[in-house]
Amino acid sequence: MDTALLVRIILLLPLTGAILTGVLPLFLPGLRTRETLIGSLATTMVAVPFLCAVALFVTFSGTPEVISYFTWLSAGPLELDFAYRIDQLSLTMMLIVTGVGTLIHVYAAGYMHGDSGFWRFFAYLNLFIFAMLNLILGDNLLVLFLGWEGVGVCSYLLIGFWFTNLKNSEAANKAFIVNRVGDFCFLMAMFLLYREVGALDFGTLLADPAALSSSTLNWSVLLLFLGATGKSAQIPLFVWLPDAMAGPTPVSALIHAATMVTSGLYLLARLSPMVLAAPTIMVIIAVVGALTAIMAATVAISQNDIKKVLAYSTVSQLGYMFMAAGVGAFFVAIFHVMTHAFFKACLFLGSGSVIHSMHHVEHEVEHETGQHIDPQDMRTMGGLKQYMPHTSRTYFISMLAIAGIPGLAGFFSKDEILFKAFEYGYSGLGGYAWFVWGVGIVTALLTAFYMARSYYLTFEGEPRWPLKDKVHPHESPWTMTLPLYVLAVLAIFGGYLGLPAVIKNGDWNLIHHYIGAPYGGPVAEPTLPPHGPGFLAIEWGLLALGAALGIGGVLFARAKYKTGGTAFDEVLRAKLGGLYGVWQGKYYWDELYDRIVVKPLLGSSERALSPFDKYVVDGFVNGIGWVTGALGRGLRLIQTGVVQNYALAIVVGVVLVISLILFG
Amino acid sequence: MELTLNWYLSLSAVLFAIGVLGVLTRRNAIIILMSVELMLNSVNLTLVAFSQSMGDVSGQILVFFVMAVAAAEAAIGLAIVIALFRKKVTVDVNEFNLFRY
Repeated sequence: MDTALLVRIILLLPLTGAILTGVLPLFLPGLRTRETLIGSLATTMVAVPFLCAVALFVTFSGTPEVISYFTWLSAGPLELDFAYRIDQLSLTMMLIVTGVGTLIHVYAAGYMHGDSGFWRFFAYLNLFIFAMLNLILGDNLLVLFLGWEGVGVCSYLLIGFWFTNLKNSEAANKAFIVNRVGDFCFLMAMFLLYREVGALDFGTLLADPAALSSSTLNWSVLLLFLGATGKSAQIPLFVWLPDAMAGPTPVSALIHAATMVTSGLYLLARLSPMVLAAPTIMVIIAVVGALTAIMAATVAISQNDIKKVLAYSTVSQLGYMFMAAGVGAFFVAIFHVMTHAFFKACLFLGSGSVIHSMHHVEHEVEHETGQHIDPQDMRTMGGLKQYMPHTSRTYFISMLAIAGIPGLAGFFSKDEILFKAFEYGYSGLGGYAWFVWGVGIVTALLTAFYMARSYYLTFEGEPRWPLKDKVHPHESPWTMTLPLYVLAVLAIFGGYLGLPAVIKNGDWNLIHHYIGAPYGGPVAEPTLPPHGPGFLAIEWGLLALGAALGIGGVLFARAKYKTGGTAFDEVLRAKLGGLYGVWQGKYYWDELYDRIVVKPLLGSSERALSPFDKYVVDGFVNGIGWVTGALGRGLRLIQTGVVQNYALAIVVGVVLVISLILFG
Repeated sequence: MELTLNWYLSLSAVLFAIGVLGVLTRRNAIIILMSVELMLNSVNLTLVAFSQSMGDVSGQILVFFVMAVAAAEAAIGLAIVIALFRKKVTVDVNEFNLFRY
C-alpha cells in the first residue's frame, strides 16, 4: 500500500470513530448503552491506525515524504496545503500516540463501564487521537496549530467530562484559558515567521535558519517556547495540569501524561535547527525546565491525593524533557517522551484501577457508617497489594522505572538527559548546563523518593480505611489489567532503544541513530568537541551516580513508608517547617495568579466594563429599539381606515409623477 | 367645425376628472363604484379615439378587454357592497374603518 493511502487511513479512522460514536447516539438514544459495540468500535479506530503506523515504520525508506492532499488556504503569496510529513520523528511520535492510545482505549472500556456518558467519552477520545495525529504529522505550522488547538478542545471536553460537578467545569475552564495564553504566543510566533520567511511549511522554515536575523530567531523561538509552556505545563503556565486531574483517569493517562503534554517537546524537536540557532533562548528553556522539574518534584512529596502526586510528577518529568531540549539534546527529550509515555501511562492507569476499587470501598463505608472517605486519598489506602496483585505489580515496575532503577526504561532516558546536560557544560558550550545538571541530580533523588512513597502508601503496610476487616476492594477486570501489563513490559524494555554511550560507544543508541540529524533524521543537535579518553570513565561515574540516587531514594522511602503509614510525613513537616507548608501549598502559584491576574481582571470588569456594557452597549441596542418604536407610533397615524384617503394619496402620487414627467 | 382628436381627448379628460372627484368625495359606496366605471369609460373613449385617428384596430380590441374587466369588477364590487350592507345596514364608506390604527 502506498504511503498516501496509509496516512489517509491513519488520519480518517479516528475521525470516523468520533463521528460514529459521538453523533449517531445523539439521534439514536438506544445506541448509547451499547457499551461493547461503542468500546470495540472506538478501540478499532485507534488500533488499525497503529497497525498502519507500524506498516509505515517498517517500509519507511529513510527519506522524508510530504503528502499533500489539497490546498487549504490560498491568499496572495500565502499558500497552505493540508500536507503531512512522514519522517523518523513523526513516525516515532505516531507509534507512541496510537500505541498507547489503543491500550488506554481498551482500559477505558473497563473503567468507564456503566457511565451514562460512555459514548460521549469514546467520541472525545477518538477526536483527541485525530487532533493529536494532525499535530504530529502536519507539514506546516498551521496544520500543526490545528491539531494543537484540537487537542486543547478535547482536553477541555474531557477534563470537564463530569460537568455536573462545578469543580470539574472550573478545572476545564482553567486548562482552556491558561492554554489560550500559550496559544496566543504560538500564533504570534507564526505571524512573525510568516512575515520574515514568507512560508510556514517546515521544509522552507528549516532550510536555513541561520539566514534569519538573530532578533527574529530569538523572538520566534521564545514565543514558540512560551506556547510550549502552556501545552507542556512548564512554569509559568503549568497551573492547569494538576487541576486537570478532575477528568476521568484514562484521560489523565492519555492526554495529561503520555501524549498531549509532550507536544511542546515535539514542537521544539521538530524546529530543532531553529532552536539551536538561538542559544540565548536555549538557556531560558533549560533553566525553566530545571526549575519546573525541581519545583514540581518537591510539591509531589507533600501531596496525599494519588493523582495529584502523579500530576506533579508529570510536570516534573516534562521539566526534564525541557532541560534536555535546552542543552540541545532533542532526541533525548523525544526518548524520554517515549519512555515517560510508557511508565507514566501505566502509573496513571494503575492509580485509576486503585480509585476504581476504592470507590467500591467508599460506597460500602458510607452505606455502613455514613462516614465519607476520599477514594483518591492515599492516607486511607494501604495494603492494597493483597487485594489487587496485578495493579500493584505493574505499578511497582513502573514506579521503579520512573525512579531510575538500572535496567528499566526511565533509567536510560533520565540518565541520558543528565549526561547530555553534563556533557554540554563539560564541552564549555554554556555554564548554565552545570546548574541544570545539578538541579536534575537533586530532582532524580526526589523523584525516586516521592514515587516510592506513593507506591508504599498505596499498596503496602496495613489498610487504613474504616471497616477494613469487613470491606475489601477488588482487583479490576482484565480489560483494565491487560493494558497495565503491556505498559509495564514496555516500561521495562523501552529503555533499550537508547543505550548510553558507554556501551559500544553509543552505536546501540537506536533512537539517536533513527531520529538524529547526523544519521539522516530530522532532529538536529549541537556539534560537541571530541572528548579525551578519560571521558568514558566520567560517564560510567555519572551512570553509577544516577543508579545510586534512584536506588537510594526508593530504599529510603521503603524504610519510612512501608510499614509506617503516613507517620514520616509528620516528621518531614516538623523537620522542614515552613518549607513543607510551601510545598503542600504548591508554592502558592494559584493564589499568586488569583491575586495578580484573576482578581484584578474581575474587579476591573465589574468597575469599568460592566457599566460600559450596561450603559453604552445596552443603551445602543435599546436605543435602536426605542427609535423604531417611536417611528412606528408616529407613522401609524396615517392609517385612517377611510378608503378615500388612500385613494387620494394614489391620485396625488399620480399627479406628482405626471407633472414631474411633463415639467421636470 | 370638424370633430378633431382633441375634442375626444378633452371629453375623456373631463369624464375622468368627474370620476376621480366622485371617488374621492362621495360617501355612498355604490356611487363610488359608478365613478370608477366612469373613469374606466373615459379611458375607453381615449383608446377608441386614438385607434380611429391612427388607423390601428388594436386600441379597440383593448377596449373589449377593459369592458370585460370592468364588468367583473362591478360584479365583485357590488357583491362586496351587499355584504357590507348586510353587516351594517348602510353603504356609507366612512362607517367602514375597521383597519384604522
